[in-house]
Amino acid sequence: MENLVFYLFAFMAVAGGVLLVALRNPVSSALAMVLSFVGLAGLFIGLNAYFVGIVQILVYAGAIMVLFIFIIMLLDLNDEKPVKFKSSSVVAGLVIPLLLVVQILGVIQAGSKGNRVEFEEITNESMRRSAEQFAQLDEDKVAFPREKQSAIYKSLTHEKSPKLPDTNLIGNTIFKSYNYPLQVVGVLLLVATIGVVILSKRSNKQAPIDS
Amino acid sequence: MASLNDYLFVSGLLFAIGLAGVIVRQNIIVIFMCLELMLASASLTLVAFSRFHLLNGLPDYNGQVFVFFIITVAAAEVAVGLAIIVALYRARQTINVEELTSMRG
Repeated sequence: MENLVFYLFAFMAVAGGVLLVALRNPVSSALAMVLSFVGLAGLFIGLNAYFVGIVQILVYAGAIMVLFIFIIMLLDLNDEKPVKFKSSSVVAGLVIPLLLVVQILGVIQAGSKGNRVEFEEITNESMRRSAEQFAQLDEDKVAFPREKQSAIYKSLTHEKSPKLPDTNLIGNTIFKSYNYPLQVVGVLLLVATIGVVILSKRSNKQAPIDS
Repeated sequence: MASLNDYLFVSGLLFAIGLAGVIVRQNIIVIFMCLELMLASASLTLVAFSRFHLLNGLPDYNGQVFVFFIITVAAAEVAVGLAIIVALYRARQTINVEELTSMRG
């Protein structure tokens, strides 16, 4: 069953990628890109990475796709004459990626040396075992009562149905181990916003780039 | 169940498809979409390694935090890149890479 879901989403991602490259109309390409990203998000969710999967759909299939379609519509390229692909670039575009795939296959075969890394289920027992590191202890190293424990501990040790608190664990990692990079990324977003405003501001005084 | 190798192969295949698009296509917007596909396929590798490297029975969340940062940077990159494409179109009235050759040596 899980295997079937893996192949379904993997096929969706690869088919979306092929359509993205093959379709002539840029709007169709953008929609094929969305198909590919939804397939990738399905693979992420199959890997128990629920937060990353949902963010993938929200950011890529939502925001970035809308931005691409918006720019395609803004530039109004639909009536562009069909361009002929140069045969040299088509040959290069087939041979170089094919070599890359062969190389990746070789590295995977050589790296695993025949033994497959199998999928290990995250069971209720393994979640209960891992919950200890998130237990909040008092001065005498005794765990606080259940009401005072963190959300991660409560979710991992729930009596009836323990759930993987994926988002809480990612937040725990980001804000404890990656606090400084997170703030650098915030500054990066600010710089990108300012850069976009400056780039798209039409100034009448400035001459066009090439004349 | 699908093993780690299967996920790595799908990721490599997507990366190769994106690379083929970057080489073959002439529309700069589609080239940009193919770059996004390559970036997203790299994050599939990170999530797969994160899931298959269990620490105390939980996935290794350092990899997923890295994916979060990649998505953030990709969003910023798309905004800046599309603004550059719009500025380019205003200056040259084309987005075909074969006609944008002023930086060729």
